[in-house]
Amino acid sequence: MDLSFALQQLVYGLTVGCLYGLLAIGYSMVYGVLRLINFAHGDLLMVSAYIGFFGIVIFNLPWPVSFAGAIALTALLGILIDRGAYKPIRKSPRINALITAIGVSFLLENLALVTIGGRPKSFPTPQFVSGSIVIGDVSIPTLSVWVFVVTLVLLAICMAVVKRTRIGMAMRALSRDMETVMLMGVDKDRVISFTFALGSALAAAGGIMWSMKYPAVEPFMGVVPGLKAFVAAVLGGIGSISGAAMGGMILGLAEVFIVAVQPEWSGYRDAVAFFLMIVILLTRPTGIMGERLPD
Amino acid sequence: MALYRDRILTVFSLFILFSFLTYADSNFGHYTLRILQNIAIFITLAVSYNLINGVAGQFSLGPNAFLAVGAYTSAIFTLSPEEKLRSFIIEPMLWPLSVISVPFAASLLIAGIVTALVAILMAMPVFRVRGDYLAIVSLGFGEVFQVLANNSMSITNGSLGLKGLYPYTNLWWSWGICVFTVFCTVRLVNSSYGRAMKAVREDETAAEAMGINAFRIKTFAFAFSAFFQGVAGGLLAHLITTISPSLFTFMFTFNLLIIIVIGGLGSTTGSIIAAILITWGGEALRFFEEPANLFGFQYDGVPGMRMVLFSVILILVMLFARSGIMGRSEFTWEGFLGWIKNKLSAMKV
Repeated sequence: MDLSFALQQLVYGLTVGCLYGLLAIGYSMVYGVLRLINFAHGDLLMVSAYIGFFGIVIFNLPWPVSFAGAIALTALLGILIDRGAYKPIRKSPRINALITAIGVSFLLENLALVTIGGRPKSFPTPQFVSGSIVIGDVSIPTLSVWVFVVTLVLLAICMAVVKRTRIGMAMRALSRDMETVMLMGVDKDRVISFTFALGSALAAAGGIMWSMKYPAVEPFMGVVPGLKAFVAAVLGGIGSISGAAMGGMILGLAEVFIVAVQPEWSGYRDAVAFFLMIVILLTRPTGIMGERLPD
Repeated sequence: MALYRDRILTVFSLFILFSFLTYADSNFGHYTLRILQNIAIFITLAVSYNLINGVAGQFSLGPNAFLAVGAYTSAIFTLSPEEKLRSFIIEPMLWPLSVISVPFAASLLIAGIVTALVAILMAMPVFRVRGDYLAIVSLGFGEVFQVLANNSMSITNGSLGLKGLYPYTNLWWSWGICVFTVFCTVRLVNSSYGRAMKAVREDETAAEAMGINAFRIKTFAFAFSAFFQGVAGGLLAHLITTISPSLFTFMFTFNLLIIIVIGGLGSTTGSIIAAILITWGGEALRFFEEPANLFGFQYDGVPGMRMVLFSVILILVMLFARSGIMGRSEFTWEGFLGWIKNKLSAMKV
């Protein structure tokens, strides 16, 4: 494997990795606060892709408006899912919440199937993301540049919100000790809603970029990325934002490089994530950046 | 005395089931018989899935993996060498497998044993973690098995799948295995092993303090449940006669999860009732998805409608009726007779 080939694969791997990372942050934040695997999180990627698609193709909205709308509506949906499905059972055993989350995920997928239909819709690619930049032997797709930049900006915003604002402080406190935080007069439900909104918005941004990269929008498109993003969150240490982003990168690179080194293994690409997860849970259950032990 | 009475009543109700099946076999149409067989297979699956999720309290999401292993193992062992030669067009089948062909009963037994062995191997990584991590790891295994089935061309024929299986599965096979599974599971749950599983479910640390080897008991429950899921997979394969990796997706696990949640996590009786309800109901609701002409209006049918309904039911059960139909209680003749007595005395007054 020569250098330019390796660099080329690096570009591809990082692009996919950024998208996994964006999704993983949402999983990680919700898990950090509620100890709930939000199974429906991956499907938010699908919802946002559909909203973006309809905004552009049916309502003829300009790109930025359509994307902003998709992100805002998906964030709202995230809040609604929490209020409707998770809030009523916050006090019951965690497995019940997990079952409900699986139900919500199937509901979203099948509602999309029933109302929109199963035939994949081709997502229109805007002019400014097509083409690629060639440096030496390595060609960097313009889309990849956008994905890096958008991911880094969103990651920075997210970190700033969690580390520097009052509500971010409340989030971090909630993830440590919910009872005490409530005694301090923090409105728990507001913080949880905010967590869902933030995570869903990141998933929505990821969803739009995902459908630019793989322009087939269909009801079940969020399942596999969702599962892999969860693996990425575990990999990085669930509850940690930078860990989730890093986990996403590692997963993306691992998937791309395994296929690049051993082309005949390309069929096993989807199994890499789970293999990595099993290894990491066996050797270092708290993930790379994690602090807590899963109970 | 009560023990004798219960045994007689059980034998008697089995006799009623037997007579009903004899009647059904000669009088019911092909479609109804198919539904009856599906019900039996789903009871087998749900009861054994409930053992690990409800009784032992280990929330596994991987029964589709066991089902796939069982279905493939049994199918590989019943296919005739000529049929294998014809099916495996891209890559020839691995040598010893390509010439072996055994009777159906033996293939089911092998399927069960192989699946149980797979479960024992899986138990090591899976039971290192608990709770929702366990759910995700077992789900991961489900996905991995699908990828494996798609890629090991010389064993599973990849995405082409295995075709032309002889339809060995009939009413007697499916209901016979079903009754056998329920019998074994009930005996297990009422034994000291069953009580150990419940102890682990309630409090693993306390159970260990009482001298229960939690890992071993969980592995045992996992393997026991996998054995019957593997056998059920074999039955299913020889009922639909064509299997491919896309058959054993997470959708299957989701259906089983709905069944055991609606029946009441931890109740074998509940799993049986819910398996009947959901399998039969799923067929009855099929009209939603098929085109029909209603009072002159053309209704195109909406595929996916049933799954929407099932997911809503699942969410509603979790939100408002968490204990399901049976909670954790079981059917007993004692309770049943008492219930009838109550009804009768209420009618007299």
